[in-house]
Amino acid sequence: MAKAILFDAFRCTGCRGCQVACKQWNDLPAEVTHNTGSYQNPPRVSADTWLVMQFREVENGDGVAWAFGRHACMHCLHPACVSACPVGALYKTDDGPVLYHDDRCIGCRYCMLACPFEIPTFQWDQGLFEGPEIKKCTFCIDRLSAGMEPACVHTCPSGALKFGERDDLIAVAEARIREHPERYVDHVYGKDEAGGTSVLYISPVPFEELGLPELGSAPIQENTEDIMTKATPAVLVGMLIGLGGIYWVVKRRQEMMGKNGGSDRQEDREASS
Amino acid sequence: MIGRITLRRPPISPAWVVLGALIFLALVVAMIRYASGLGTISNLNDNYGWGLWISFDLLCGVALASGAFITASIVYLFGGEQYRPLLRPAILTGFLGYLLVILALLVDLGRPERIWYLLIFWNHHSVMFEVGWCVMLYTFVLALELSPLVFERFGLKAPLRFIHALIIPLAIAGATLSTLHQSSLGSLYVILPDQLHKIWYTPLLPLMFWLTAVAVGPAMVILESTISSRVFRRGLELDLLGGLARVIPFILAAYIAVKIGDLAGSGELGLLTEWDLESGLFWLEMIGFVALPMVLFSLPAVRRSSALLMFSAFLVVSDVVLSRFAVGLIAIGRPEFAASYVPHPLEFAVTIGIVSAGVAAFGLVARYLPLFSEYAPSSAAE
Repeated sequence: MAKAILFDAFRCTGCRGCQVACKQWNDLPAEVTHNTGSYQNPPRVSADTWLVMQFREVENGDGVAWAFGRHACMHCLHPACVSACPVGALYKTDDGPVLYHDDRCIGCRYCMLACPFEIPTFQWDQGLFEGPEIKKCTFCIDRLSAGMEPACVHTCPSGALKFGERDDLIAVAEARIREHPERYVDHVYGKDEAGGTSVLYISPVPFEELGLPELGSAPIQENTEDIMTKATPAVLVGMLIGLGGIYWVVKRRQEMMGKNGGSDRQEDREASS
Repeated sequence: MIGRITLRRPPISPAWVVLGALIFLALVVAMIRYASGLGTISNLNDNYGWGLWISFDLLCGVALASGAFITASIVYLFGGEQYRPLLRPAILTGFLGYLLVILALLVDLGRPERIWYLLIFWNHHSVMFEVGWCVMLYTFVLALELSPLVFERFGLKAPLRFIHALIIPLAIAGATLSTLHQSSLGSLYVILPDQLHKIWYTPLLPLMFWLTAVAVGPAMVILESTISSRVFRRGLELDLLGGLARVIPFILAAYIAVKIGDLAGSGELGLLTEWDLESGLFWLEMIGFVALPMVLFSLPAVRRSSALLMFSAFLVVSDVVLSRFAVGLIAIGRPEFAASYVPHPLEFAVTIGIVSAGVAAFGLVARYLPLFSEYAPSSAAE
């Protein structure tokens, strides 16, 4: 059924093999970057870098520890980007990956705004003839459909990344926390966040230190979809009937006043009300 | 039409030269953008995918074009026949406003040549889908409402009668479409429950966007009439503008009530006394650009003075600009990457060029089409 990736920040050594494997498999060019005083490089995901390891120094009581966070598409169960896309260029597959039809996208970039993880990126250097696209992790859909695991998982030397069925991975994650409660924060990030994601995290430090936003369990688009499916049709019908009714009443009153020999002009309805 | 313009040889005044230069500059910038990408001429980046053009050209542009549907509703639907002299310029301002929004989108969209995909690929869960459809349909409605200018100019009786028979359905469609997309521009940001600052984030954003758009409609008519009466040296319908202005305080009062009520309802009133950037913006908006014009417009002395009317209308317009920028740019915190976005000078060049094109088009229509005079219809309806 639905595939997922488990990232265990305790097991991660920060080698960035996943970041390199992602570039190699997807044939992504290198980026020109500048020293920002951190191992984290490039500073964020972009059209040419779909997976970035984040490096944070975290105070853990008796000193400073390094916290490694994996920043790439979470392949949400209820993706906000898919809900936001006006032309359905982004779509969710039953197997888990959130994918992109480059031949549908109009380049409005609403997906970039909607994503709570700030994942979709745009090809800012592509003109009209190249046709800029939205870029992000594809869950290595080409490898998945050939029965292989994603390149990042395949390359991970320390077992920090694990690929499998989402339900199985949640069980694995909870078992690891149970076995070593001293190692982990007692929470599987992504199990419920934003309605659930296909990338799950367990971590020795609070999840915000890994660069993950604090999210509720409701899908991000819950309110906008309510507006679109409930409020909008109601407003549409209400306005048509209401305005038609106002027009009819006003016209009728004017006719009556005309008959009674009164003025055929009426005070501005807005002003008199 | 072009032949006619050259035949008449409009005198080239400095204003036309400046407008032409600004439009030309924007065209050059747009060409560079089409050749080598949005990154070349803008500071937009993966943290701030939407910048000046969305906040100003789209959000403010659409809101400031609301005078058309407000005036059309008053004249055609609410029995305000006496406001008819204000109607044509208001509809022209609205129509040009929407054309400029579409022009700006043709620069901002990554694949502008695919803008029509909105018609064939549907995702009815997307707010952007509703915005796209309503803007397209409403621009068409405005074009029809404006078409009598052209028909009258060339003495085409049959199409004139056709539009005249359709005018009530058009007015109802216009007000409905406007309500839908004015509000859904606010709904666009309802998908940011965690990123938009709590003072601004609310599922009621569409209602707030709609209320401010309704309030700024009459204000824009006041500004546009006052300015055009000076530029084109024609009379000013001060009594009509004063009448229109009486509506504004009620809408602004409703806006304040919704704003405060929403924050109180979600228990976030405390945020207003934290005296940071966001609470400062909130108070600036509420006191300077909502409460102040609300009081001013309710004073008879203000409504009798064209200068004071213009000043108060300007405050309401500023409120729309401030509130749209607050939601569209300022209150979207992206602390994760400590990102910052300051519009590139060439982004301003595009926006200024597009606004100049609108001003120039208004001037040309006023000169060559019967904008300020309307043939007397036999009766208001049919």
